[in-house]
Amino acid sequence: MKNKILQFTDVKLIYHTKRGETTAAEHLDFSVHEGEFVAIIGPSGCGKTTLLSLAAGLLKPSEGSVTSQGSFGYMLQKDELFPWRTIEKNVFLPLEVKKINTEEHRKRVRNLAEKYGLGDFLSSYPAQLSGGMRQRAALIRTLATDPDILLLDEPFSALDYQTRLNVCDDVSSIIRSEGKTALLVTHDISEAISLSDRILVLSQRPAKIAYEHEMNFNSNIPLKRRESEKFSEWFELLWKELNV
Amino acid sequence: MKEKKIYSKEHELYLKKCRKHAIIVWVSRVGLLALLLGLWELVTACGWVDPFIMSSPSRIAKTIGSLYHEGTLFYHIGVTLGETIAGFLIAVVLGVSIALALWWSETLRKVLEPYIVVLNALPKIALGPLIIIWFGTGSKAIIFMTVLVGLIVAIMHMLAAFCATDKNKLLLMRSMGASKWQILQKLVIPSALPAFTSMLKVAVGMAWIGSIMGEYIVSKAGLGYLIVYGGQVFKLDLVMSATFLLCLLAAGMYFLVVLLEKILVKNTEN
Repeated sequence: MKNKILQFTDVKLIYHTKRGETTAAEHLDFSVHEGEFVAIIGPSGCGKTTLLSLAAGLLKPSEGSVTSQGSFGYMLQKDELFPWRTIEKNVFLPLEVKKINTEEHRKRVRNLAEKYGLGDFLSSYPAQLSGGMRQRAALIRTLATDPDILLLDEPFSALDYQTRLNVCDDVSSIIRSEGKTALLVTHDISEAISLSDRILVLSQRPAKIAYEHEMNFNSNIPLKRRESEKFSEWFELLWKELNV
Repeated sequence: MKEKKIYSKEHELYLKKCRKHAIIVWVSRVGLLALLLGLWELVTACGWVDPFIMSSPSRIAKTIGSLYHEGTLFYHIGVTLGETIAGFLIAVVLGVSIALALWWSETLRKVLEPYIVVLNALPKIALGPLIIIWFGTGSKAIIFMTVLVGLIVAIMHMLAAFCATDKNKLLLMRSMGASKWQILQKLVIPSALPAFTSMLKVAVGMAWIGSIMGEYIVSKAGLGYLIVYGGQVFKLDLVMSATFLLCLLAAGMYFLVVLLEKILVKNTEN
């Protein structure tokens, strides 16, 4: 077994508002290993995004602990590219924030962008790009600081179906070829099956891990997986588990 | 490298229609002005209305001409323009700075909220006597009035814009480990740029209200002064002339702001 790169130990999280408190998660226990692609699915409103905020350290657990070895890159539902910056300036943004905006790093990020088909668009503005290209730019931005763990918050849900399948394929191949660890949260069962090595099913609030499954496909390519017979079996099982 | 594109007949017709429409609009605009001025001149020249009360375009032109010959035309324009611009700039700079401070500290925002609401609702002219006593009867009092009229609007406009920064983009910045200063600099300020230019447009209008109001209360020179003086001695030509000049100046300043907006806001539309 490879190193545990992210570990949730008996995590409890309480949300405070003036009207009262809500326990968003309780007895949340799981870990992610280096190089692994883990998907977390759950009923809507069970606090999937909260889970990523906990992982990234943007939220502190009320009880228990979240430990990680490595740096994070966060990718959101929409690309959230800044419309007043060119694609190049957008993908350099994390470098600026981390104050490592040196020629060496810029070159690496530029190479990454070129490698994954954004080379011709570096001086364009986001509004000039298609939804799929923009999401790809968002991924390059996420990879800019060479993070160890990618946190993906339903990164394809804002795209139309056709684009979604393609971008899903692209993102999967980029993440796997860069050898990154990824933690994906989604409500889309088929996305989870087609992308991940392991699926964790969350329960209703307070969220905890209800089920856990290792994916057993021959291929890591999402479109290939969708064609496989096992795909519908997994889909049926997970669908039932989500609706108990 | 501009190529002339070849369009279909239908598209050519469509473009022609667009051009024709634009011409109609412009001709109508100018025509309407000429018509109004002409009518005005006619009714006063024929004696249907007393030009002593209504003045007339030709009398306005003559009055402006004589102001010019006396050498006071640009003096009065300069005084009012100076006060307006000074008040406008101070209100904008101060307004944006205060809005930034309020964005930065939620506590400060909560504490000052009722004060801002009350100051916004207060008719600033009520402070006229106080301003005279505090600042005397010079330009200082008028500039203060101008700032007062524009400041609260500028603060509220900008604060609303800063606080409306996209939540997901904020989350993105925080996930990169950005400091509050970086978030302000790289996200909040650039995304508030369109709101800033629309605030400038409002502030220009406010500045004119403030400076003319100020000149009504206390002044020895300026277009507002000419209007008040003209009213007092029943020289309606002077009142109308000063009003006409005000129209020109206010429109000019507004167009400058619109021009600035075009330069600043190029790629912010999403």
